[in-house]
Amino acid sequence: MDLYRAHVLVCGGTGCTSSGSAKLIERFEEQIAANGLDKEVKVVRTGCFGLCEAGPVVIIYPEGTFYSRVKVEDVDEIVTEHLLKGRKVQHLVYVDHKTHESSVQKSLAEIGFYKKQERIALRNCGVIDPENIDEYIAFDGYQALGKALTEMTPEQVIDEVLKSGLRGRGGAGFPTGKKWQFARASQAEHKYFVCNADEGDPGAFMDRSLLEGDPHAILEAMAIGGYAIGADEGWIYVRAEYPIAVKRLEKAIEQAREYGLLGKNIFGTDFSFDIHIRLGAGAFVCGEETALMASIEGRRGEPRPKPPFPAVKGLFESPTNINNVETLGNVAQIILKGADWFRSIGTEKSTGTKVFALGGKINNTGLVEVPMGVPLRTIIEDIGGGIPNGKKFKAVQTGGPSGGCIPASLLDIPVEYDTLTSVGAMMGSGGMIVLDEDNCMVDIARFFLDFTVDESCGKCTPCRIGTRRMLEILERITEGKGEEGDIEKLENLAENIKNSALCGLGQTAPNPVLSTIKFFRDEYEAHIKEKRCPAHHCQALLNYVITDKCRGCTLCARKCPVGAITGTVKEKHVIDTAKCIKCGQCMANCKFGAIIKD
Amino acid sequence: MPDNKEKYAKLQESIAKHKGERGAVMPVLQEAMNIFGYVPQDVQEMIADGLGTTLSEVYGVSTFYSQFSLEPKGEHVIGVCLGTACYVKGSQKVLDRISEELKIEVGRTTKDGKFTLNATRCLGACGLAPVMMIGDEVYGRLTPDEVPGILAKY
Repeated sequence: MDLYRAHVLVCGGTGCTSSGSAKLIERFEEQIAANGLDKEVKVVRTGCFGLCEAGPVVIIYPEGTFYSRVKVEDVDEIVTEHLLKGRKVQHLVYVDHKTHESSVQKSLAEIGFYKKQERIALRNCGVIDPENIDEYIAFDGYQALGKALTEMTPEQVIDEVLKSGLRGRGGAGFPTGKKWQFARASQAEHKYFVCNADEGDPGAFMDRSLLEGDPHAILEAMAIGGYAIGADEGWIYVRAEYPIAVKRLEKAIEQAREYGLLGKNIFGTDFSFDIHIRLGAGAFVCGEETALMASIEGRRGEPRPKPPFPAVKGLFESPTNINNVETLGNVAQIILKGADWFRSIGTEKSTGTKVFALGGKINNTGLVEVPMGVPLRTIIEDIGGGIPNGKKFKAVQTGGPSGGCIPASLLDIPVEYDTLTSVGAMMGSGGMIVLDEDNCMVDIARFFLDFTVDESCGKCTPCRIGTRRMLEILERITEGKGEEGDIEKLENLAENIKNSALCGLGQTAPNPVLSTIKFFRDEYEAHIKEKRCPAHHCQALLNYVITDKCRGCTLCARKCPVGAITGTVKEKHVIDTAKCIKCGQCMANCKFGAIIKD
Repeated sequence: MPDNKEKYAKLQESIAKHKGERGAVMPVLQEAMNIFGYVPQDVQEMIADGLGTTLSEVYGVSTFYSQFSLEPKGEHVIGVCLGTACYVKGSQKVLDRISEELKIEVGRTTKDGKFTLNATRCLGACGLAPVMMIGDEVYGRLTPDEVPGILAKY
C-alpha cells in the first residue's frame, strides 16, 4: 500500500455533492498533479462529515484542518499554500457560529459542533473512502463478522445484542435482540434478513448518510444478523431518491462478494449469505415493515394486520427479520467491543448513541451523534449553535409526521426513548427540526397532516378518511374560518384514529396535532377566537399596518394591486383592511421599514 | 418511428432479464420509466403479458407509487422540496413563485413541454434548505427572487 504525507478529505455526501464537491475533487486532483504532489498527497472522497451547513467541506490531514464552504476557485490556493508551502489558508478555515472562533489552531475534535458528539454508527463517515473495502477493513471492518462466525454460536450473538440493550433506531425502539430471538425461534427452510433503508421522514437523513459513508458496515451487520437468525438471504429496501447510496451499496456488495465476505461458506464456515437490493418508488408507507415486504414482492405497498409477525411469516411467506439502517450500524461494534462497553454509553433504558438530523431554524444544520440521555438543550445550543438572526427558540419537532413538538420549557429533558414519548413527542428516526418565533404551530400541524393524508395508502378507513377530516379542520383554522369546538373535535378524532388505524402510519398521524394542542393551545385559540396568528405566518389572518415611520413617499400606494392604500404625499398613508388582499407587496417595497404585520 | 422501436426492444430486454424473478413488476416498471419517461397503457400491457401477470396488477402498482407516471413529463422536471426543514425555511414561497412564473399548477407541465413542476418529499439536503432540483441539478439556500434567473438558464 502506498503511503502519503497528506490526505485531502472531500465530503461526498448528498449535501456537499449538491453544493459542488465533485468538481472540487476533480480540481484538487488536477492541481495536485500539476504541482507534482500526486505521489505525496492523496485525495479521498468520503461520506458525510455531518456539518452540512459548512458544505462543501474539505479536511486536510495530518493537521485536521477544517475548510468550509470551499469553492472551485479556492482549490488552487489551498494546494499552493497549504499542501505545497505548509501554510493554512486562514480565510477559508471554518469559523464557529457561536463563539466566532476560527478553527485555525484547532483540530476537528475540538470544534464546538463535534466536541460533545460520540460516534459509533457514524464512526467511519467522513473518515474512510466508502467505495474502497480495504479502507473499511483497515478500520476493523469485517472483524466482527469473523468473530461471530468462528468464535460464537448464533445464540451467543443474539445474547450479546440482547445484553447490549440496543433498540430499534427507526422509531419505535423495540429491542433488537428480542426481534432476532423471535426470528431464530421460527423453523423454516429459508429465512430472510431485511434492512429497512426506506428513510421517509422529512428532515431525517442519517440512514442515507450512513449508507453513503460506510456501506460495508451495513452489509457486515446484515451478515452477522443473518447468521444469528439462520437466514441465507438478505434484502436492502432503499429509496430510489438516494442514488449515491444505491450506487455505493451496489459497489460494496460486489467488493464483499469478491473478497468472499458474502456468498458461499463465508470465512470457511458452513454459513452462506448473499444480499440483494430493491429500490422503493416513492411511497412513505413502505417504511412500515409489512408494507415494505409487500413492495419487495412487487406489489402495492399496503400494510397488513399483525399477527402473524414477520418473524413468523414475512417476506415470500418465510420468517423474516427487519432492522433499520442505523440500528445495524451499531451491530458490528457491539460484537467487537462487547455488550458491556455499549451499555456504558447512554442511559439504562436507552443504551448507546443516537444520530439526529438537525435542521430548520438552527445555525449548524447537519448530522450529529450523541450519547442517549443528553439534554435537548445541549443538542440545540452547544452542538447546533443556537438560532440564527437573533430570533427566539419556540419548539423542536422530533419524530417527523409521527412525532410532536417540544416547547422551550422542556428543553432540559434528557433525549431518550421513554422521556420523549412521555412528553407526547417520540424519538422517531431522529429528525430534529428547530422552529423559531416566526413559525406558526397550527400551520406546522397542518403541514404534517397534509403529508399523512397524501401518503396514507387508503387501505383502512380511520387513516384514509379520519386524517382528511382533521386536515380540513386545520385548514379552516389557518384560513381564519375556525369555529368554537374545533379543538375538541380534533382531539376526539385524533383519539379514535390512534386506536383504530391499521398500521403505524395512521396510529401516529394525529401526534403532531395533539402535541401542538397540548403545548400551544393558546395559538389555536388565537386563530379561532381572535382570528389572529400570533406568529404572523397565516396569510389570511394577517393585517398590514403602516407605522409612524412612513415618510409619505407614495411607493406602496402605487405598488398595491388593489388600490387599498391611500394618503397624500409626505404624509402617513393608511391601508384599508377591507380592500387589502394581504399580498405583502407594500411591505416588500417600503424603503423605510414602515409597514409591519400585525 | 424507429426511435420508438428501439425503446420497445429495450423494454422487451428488461422483461426477459427479470422474467421468473420474484417481485419483478417494480424493477421492470422502474426500467420502463427510464426508457420512456412514463408508463402508458401499452407499456403496462406489454409488462403484464411478458411477466405473466394481469394488467390490473401492473396498473395497481404503477398508480400506487409516486415515482411511476402515466403521463409524459416535461423536458426539465422541477422538484421543489417540501420536506419539513425546507418548509419551515420558506420553500412554499419558492414553489408559489415558480408556479406563478411558469403559469402552471403544481404537478402540471407547461404547454411547450419544457417544464414539469412538482413538489417533492424531503431530498435529504436539509443543510441547504430551501432546496429544489431541476433534472439532476440541485439549487440550495433559495429565495423566491432567485427563481426567474434560474429558470432563464433552461
